[in-house]
Amino acid sequence: MAGTSMVAYSSSWSTALLKISPYTFSAIGIAIAIGVSVLGAAWGIYITGSSLIGAAIKAPRITSKNLISVIFCEAVAIYGVIVAIILQTKLESVPSSQIYAAESLRAGYAIFASGIIVGFANLVCGLCVGIIGSSCALSDAQNSSLFVKILVIEIFGSALGLFGVIVVTMYVETCLELFSPES
Amino acid sequence: MYGFEAMTFNIHGGYLEAIVRGHRAGLLTAADYNNLCQCETLDDIKMHLSATEYGPYLQNEPSPLHTTTIVEKCTLKLVDEYKHMLCQATEPLSTFLEYITYGHMIDNVVLIVTGTLHERDVQELLEKCHPLGMFDSIATLAVAQNMRELYRLFLVDTPLAPYFSECITSEDLDDMNIEIMRNTLYKAYLEDFYKFCQKLGGATAEIMSDLLAFEADRRAVNITINSIGTELTRDDRRKLYSNFGLLYPYGHEELAVCEDIDQVRGAMEKYPPYQSIFSKLSYGESQMLDKAFYEEEVKRLCLAFEQQFHYGVFFAYMRLREQEIRNLMWISECVAQNQKSRVHDSVVFIF
Repeated sequence: MAGTSMVAYSSSWSTALLKISPYTFSAIGIAIAIGVSVLGAAWGIYITGSSLIGAAIKAPRITSKNLISVIFCEAVAIYGVIVAIILQTKLESVPSSQIYAAESLRAGYAIFASGIIVGFANLVCGLCVGIIGSSCALSDAQNSSLFVKILVIEIFGSALGLFGVIVVTMYVETCLELFSPES
Repeated sequence: MYGFEAMTFNIHGGYLEAIVRGHRAGLLTAADYNNLCQCETLDDIKMHLSATEYGPYLQNEPSPLHTTTIVEKCTLKLVDEYKHMLCQATEPLSTFLEYITYGHMIDNVVLIVTGTLHERDVQELLEKCHPLGMFDSIATLAVAQNMRELYRLFLVDTPLAPYFSECITSEDLDDMNIEIMRNTLYKAYLEDFYKFCQKLGGATAEIMSDLLAFEADRRAVNITINSIGTELTRDDRRKLYSNFGLLYPYGHEELAVCEDIDQVRGAMEKYPPYQSIFSKLSYGESQMLDKAFYEEEVKRLCLAFEQQFHYGVFFAYMRLREQEIRNLMWISECVAQNQKSRVHDSVVFIF
């Protein structure tokens, strides 16, 4: 029933979904992109920061080196901002007859999906880097040769956020070029 | 949820965990102990200790030093660190930290009651109490004549109140009953602590269960060995064993009927973790049992530091510090009495 009533005016859930404006989807997507990324970054920073402060009382030498962990978490928020700005530039106004055309809907869904991709990729990346940064600070306080080794783990962790950004950048470029609302 | 503590533990516990790990880095190492064991006088010990973290606490002590002064100052350091952590902690960590000291409170209560029974001066007894176990009305304990009065007048306001329900009798306090009272209180305390840790869940529950189970089993063995040959009946002995741990319930059945050390050894050797302890002792010897238990305890406590984001590190740190203070006391006594050949009899290296 859902397949055949894709464009019919019957009272089915698929019609209800189709009648949600693509502007809504794109706005929510951009909100998730920046909001959830910043959530991930903040989560990671507080996890690292609390351990770093406590450990630095007994071992003050670790403070400057271990700020790298905080910087990696911060980078996650920056990815979110960049992607949100890119997504915003893809928003165009369409005349009201075109709002429910297939191209507009697809553009709306594309921005929504991009927002979810980058938001949640950055959320888990921020968490990952934060937890590793906390262990890194505590280990460095006990044995300074461990710092560089654990930093390598952190670098691999921070690549997770980059994967989200790369996928979104490519997705947004390819999809929206073909199906931009004003064409 | 076990496995996901890393996401929320640091909100309340991250800072304190980092601090306690910093304190752990200041525990004396094997190299320090080697230096200390080679000292000739207590002043040498003071000199070596001033290079460690105990420095600020010992440097103002005038010579001649006594061993009790050294132990007192080292305990003072532990108490300062504990109080610093306690005032920074929020629930449930603050309750957890308080639970760690209830054992000392029980010891203090028993010390004062025993001392009063033997007509010692209250002030002198108060000085011997462990500082971690002090509470406000402790000096007034000396007035109590029997357990019911003890409870009704003084202990009902302390955290130990719930532990007394099992041992309130109208009997007067005498030496035998006081030991039974101490062990009954400690049993109730261990069970309460165990339940509290289970309620916390996650890594804390798992690690603390292991540590507390070892404690319960060790106490069961010590109670058995100490009550061999006394008039403690088997049922009374069984009532003093905690109801958790590796030995519960079948090991307790066997221990309750033991009449000498070899039977104890036979009962314990069925459990692999304790078999390795008892295999270090030759037949008929029990002096080294204490040291063997301490070594096993230290090994388990050090393992608690392997995992992050749980409360077991606080308990482990306090116990390791107490072990270190015991080591320092033994070394100081050996040096003061010129018996340096016996130094290694009772020192347990932590690292």
